[in-house]
Amino acid sequence: MTDQAYNFAYLDEDTKRMIRRAILKAIAIPGYQVPFASREMPMPYGWGTGGVQVTAATLVPEDVLKVIDQGADDTTNAVSIRKFFQRTAGVATTERTRDATVIQTRHRIPETPLTEDQILVYQVPIPEPMRFLEPRETETRRIHALADYGLMQVRLYEDIARHGEIATSYAYPVEVAGRYVMDPSPIPKFDNPKLDDCPAIQLFGAGREQRIHAVPPYTRIRSLDFEDHPFIASKADHACALCGSRKSYLDEVITDDAGGRMFVCSDTDFCAENAKGDA
Amino acid sequence: MALTEALEETARHAAPDDAAPDAAPDQAPATPLLRVKGVTKMYGGRIGCAAVSFDLWPGEVLGIVGESGSGKSTLLGCLSGQLRPDAGEVIFDTSAQGPVDTLKLAEPQRRLLARTDWAFVHQNPRDGLRMGVSAGGNVGERLMATGARHYGRIRASAEDWLGRVEIDPTRIDDRPRQFSGGMQQRLQIARNLVSGPRLVFMDEPTGGLDVSVQARLLDLLRGLVRDMGLSAVLVTHDLAVVRLLADRLMVMKGGRVVEAGLTDQVLDDPQHAYTQLLVSSVLQV
Repeated sequence: MTDQAYNFAYLDEDTKRMIRRAILKAIAIPGYQVPFASREMPMPYGWGTGGVQVTAATLVPEDVLKVIDQGADDTTNAVSIRKFFQRTAGVATTERTRDATVIQTRHRIPETPLTEDQILVYQVPIPEPMRFLEPRETETRRIHALADYGLMQVRLYEDIARHGEIATSYAYPVEVAGRYVMDPSPIPKFDNPKLDDCPAIQLFGAGREQRIHAVPPYTRIRSLDFEDHPFIASKADHACALCGSRKSYLDEVITDDAGGRMFVCSDTDFCAENAKGDA
Repeated sequence: MALTEALEETARHAAPDDAAPDAAPDQAPATPLLRVKGVTKMYGGRIGCAAVSFDLWPGEVLGIVGESGSGKSTLLGCLSGQLRPDAGEVIFDTSAQGPVDTLKLAEPQRRLLARTDWAFVHQNPRDGLRMGVSAGGNVGERLMATGARHYGRIRASAEDWLGRVEIDPTRIDDRPRQFSGGMQQRLQIARNLVSGPRLVFMDEPTGGLDVSVQARLLDLLRGLVRDMGLSAVLVTHDLAVVRLLADRLMVMKGGRVVEAGLTDQVLDDPQHAYTQLLVSSVLQV
């Protein structure tokens, strides 16, 4: 039931227009971080205020919304954001990836391949891939402007020097369309290949940092690496304990305090479908 | 030495706008590596440096001395592209395109120049190093910035360079924080020289180090400058440093060059009143 006290999808129309302009600009310049006037949302920073604003600006009444948090539809963050849009926009919601038209996600890309009719909205905590290497925003902007990305390579070098391999396992930096280096939000690097040549529109919203960036459909995305240490999309070397899939990304769940553990699909929708034999 | 001959033709007390040798002898290189013409930088109504001109020839080390506030660092900033002078030309003989005015270069090209043909050694190694990145990463950054993408080869040249600046290569994965001040300064030098630059800007490279460490660093610098055929512009207020390293010397006061010439001539027979004061101020042990 839509709450009549709010405009459709919570934000007022002028705000949505401002965000849509930022989104259009972001799509026009793949991987470029577009500043936008992020609004105060009724949830704490870090809970997806950026993603929620992008979703709000994207939704139309006919949309079917799916919200996932670490791949799951039933965790706090996913449930509360889904309820938020049920109440303020009255849109239909689903847990099935293939039925959704807009998917807001935190830290995962669904296992089910996306289509041209879908928009994937990411919640982004830190959009700047060089934040912890170069603290000055003026300097990182200049690095982006001049495509002067030696510093990113230093980060990967440090990984190999310290761990013997590129140990960055999430938020793995990518090059978008041969130009901008982008932080794909904290998705596992297992998901990086799914960014590449994806038919869906991918939008990234960072609320606290006030940035939106985007990957248009069918864009070339290359994960940065070294010639002698190539990028590997790694996952736990197990099968899912629930559905038996060997190709989906797994969460490790500790089951007791005696070292017992199980590996299950992080994508709950994929796991359920696969268990039924539909996937 | 050919350069010395070229320099002997230089007028001892050249006017600030004409400190360049009139003609180089036949055996000298045809063009100077760096030709500076009338560089002026104002800070509002105050003079940073005014009408500084000189030529720097390949393999030559030019010392710039003067008291604090005399415009040494401003001049160095203007030459190395960190500051934008209000007037003048800084013509550098690039390895790719020949002589170009670096002040008119587009920023990407200037940045490329700054990490291929040029090097900048800061007084405080913290300004020139990434303190949160390992020694190997610091040395390798220039290589990666110019397109090196092979980890093994980057690491090998980092190890090689640590050895050349007398840092134990087993410390390649330590961060600069864990190094002593002298080691940090040597690491900064390795990080700068790894790309084989032709011109090094040094801003008080021995400042803040104790004398025995200074002596070793100077030894090292002298060796590297000679082995690699580097040209250098060396800013310092320490006359002993220029005596050891610099072929030629410029004395600055109030943003202007008051005296220029061969290092030994200037230091042993100072002409300008300020230079005389400077030389006589050195404490004798």
